[in-house]
Amino acid sequence: MTGTLPIEPAALETAPEPADTPPRPRRTLGSIITRAVAGFFAILLLVFILGPLLWMAIAAFAKRWKYPNMLPQAWTLDWWGRVLGGADLLPALWLSVKFAVLATLLACVICLPAAYALGRANFPGRRVILLGLFATNAFPKMGLFTSIATLFYAMQLMNTQLGVIIVQMLGTVVTMTWIPAAAFASVSPSLIEAARDAGAGKLRVFFQITMRLAAPGIAVAVILAFLACFDEAQGTYLIGAPTYLTMPTKMYQLVTNYPQQAAAVFALVLCVPSVLLLLLVRRHVMGGHLAEGFQLK
Amino acid sequence: MSSPDRGAGRNAGGATAAPPVPGLQLSGITKDLGGRTIVHRMDLSVAPGELICLLGPSGCGKTTTLRMIGGFLTPDAGRLTIGGKDYTFAPPEKRPTAMVFQNYALWPHMSVTGNIAFGLKIRKMSKAQIREKVDWALDLVHLTHHRNTMPARISGGEQQRVALARALVLEPQVLLLDEPLSNLDAKLRVQVREDIREIQQRLGITTVLVTHDQDEALSVADRIAVMNGGRIEHDAQPTELYARPHTTFVASFIGAMNWLETSPVAGGVPLGGSTVLPADWVSSDTGDRVGIRPEDLLPSPAGTPGTAAATVVRSIPRGHYREVVFECGGTEIRSYTALPLAEGETVGLRAGRALVYRDGTLQGADSDVDADARAVQQRAAEQEAAAQDAAVGAE
Repeated sequence: MTGTLPIEPAALETAPEPADTPPRPRRTLGSIITRAVAGFFAILLLVFILGPLLWMAIAAFAKRWKYPNMLPQAWTLDWWGRVLGGADLLPALWLSVKFAVLATLLACVICLPAAYALGRANFPGRRVILLGLFATNAFPKMGLFTSIATLFYAMQLMNTQLGVIIVQMLGTVVTMTWIPAAAFASVSPSLIEAARDAGAGKLRVFFQITMRLAAPGIAVAVILAFLACFDEAQGTYLIGAPTYLTMPTKMYQLVTNYPQQAAAVFALVLCVPSVLLLLLVRRHVMGGHLAEGFQLK
Repeated sequence: MSSPDRGAGRNAGGATAAPPVPGLQLSGITKDLGGRTIVHRMDLSVAPGELICLLGPSGCGKTTTLRMIGGFLTPDAGRLTIGGKDYTFAPPEKRPTAMVFQNYALWPHMSVTGNIAFGLKIRKMSKAQIREKVDWALDLVHLTHHRNTMPARISGGEQQRVALARALVLEPQVLLLDEPLSNLDAKLRVQVREDIREIQQRLGITTVLVTHDQDEALSVADRIAVMNGGRIEHDAQPTELYARPHTTFVASFIGAMNWLETSPVAGGVPLGGSTVLPADWVSSDTGDRVGIRPEDLLPSPAGTPGTAAATVVRSIPRGHYREVVFECGGTEIRSYTALPLAEGETVGLRAGRALVYRDGTLQGADSDVDADARAVQQRAAEQEAAAQDAAVGAE
């Protein structure tokens, strides 16, 4: 993509070049500039994505790092020892995993049937529901969480595990309906009819054909939902703190109460499960199942 | 078409149910979809072991009919029986039917064997039984070497054969084929349709084939039901259907036809002006439309008694025959002939057979079949003589 897209900017930049250059070398020059521009943007992108991570990784080992210096003046492993050895980390990690798993399971139970209906049936209001789900992302999260908190106080869900799970689950609804709905929709009706024809009842068809063929799309949605829950901080903090502190909410405390090095170490630790999971499903994400989710008609 | 022993239900017309239980019977089947009547009070009886073809243009209701037989749609009215048992409202999994889908519909996550064995596993057969049956089916369609291949890795024709094997392995009472050849290229189509016909005859399985391709229908079917607007317009053996199409729609849909908006007169078909095209046989003496098949238009040397004068307007070589357009009495008519006629040449023309219609319906549909045969015989003799004459003339 980077090879073809920047042709236009390149053409603009070749314009000031001497006009009497013969066509062939000029084309070569054009392609060189195209590549250079593409390379430049690629590096820019990398700097923006990897730069902060790199800074964080260095900060995690820094003893003293003041502004004009490109690298820390003194190095240390103290912060790693303090964070990993601290009493807070393991319980927070355990809580994070527990909440994320339960919230994802709850999302499966609620969203997958909805996704099946949205993907396989055409009922009045279907498009409205699909768009409505998407629109929930248009509002500022904190505002929503505040009104949720009001509700939760009334329902006595504040500071409860169920409350945290519900709040985390809410954030996954779009992913958990759109992507599986597209996966269900892409299962050709004739494959299902062929299975019925061969003698399979509706349940068997659902589990052996429909679910099986939609599985990659559903897996992608589940993993994205799990990651979203795992990293969810705002709602979890509002509902769970101070009783239930997960890793991301713990970060909030660390950032305000500790030197930045501790937060850097914590953030790196927080990255590990996400990166591992993403590496695991890279093939499916690359395979277009994610994109499929947003092509629902 | 060499299957003389398919007696029941094959007799001309075939409208009345034969005394033995038909393999498949549709009575008064009606289906509305989206406020439109797609299939209208349809009656159809298929004898055991017979291959019937539902032929018609898109939207004529043929696929809807097939889907009702398969159980994917429920009729709004009427009754459907298979082997004498009522299956009108049974779901697909409870029917003794097996369908081969237009796009094959092979399950992409199962191997060829997995696809074929799927239905057998549901029937709780033992591993050994399943293996034996799958081997039989694979052998039937000559795909033994692909038993462990995934469907995406084999060609369209092979996928088609897997779909056929998957259907046949369940030993259905009725095999349903939904435009099974439409996704194959022309050469392969001819080969696969011959394979399908051969297997169908070997197993003696009652089959309903849906197609919009008249060649396909004519070459494989025991009987063809031509559908139009949700109704069967004519239901007969291929040769009968071609020779005496009951309606102008059927006549136009199957093969080519010269249409003349006129009624026959004594001795032939008036063409305009005072020209009358002599006809050896007309189905009836009066009507409002006359149809003549191109091969029934017989050229002979100019001035031959009992012919009308005609000029060759165009002569198009078609390989083993020529398509020749004549101008005769101010009307252009088309003929298929073996004679090497050149453009501008003058010939004498007459019709071997002329079908007379009134309000779109064939007149004299029940007329003497022997006369028909005689006319055809005579025509052949004449044509031979004319060819000899032409050869002599050329020397």
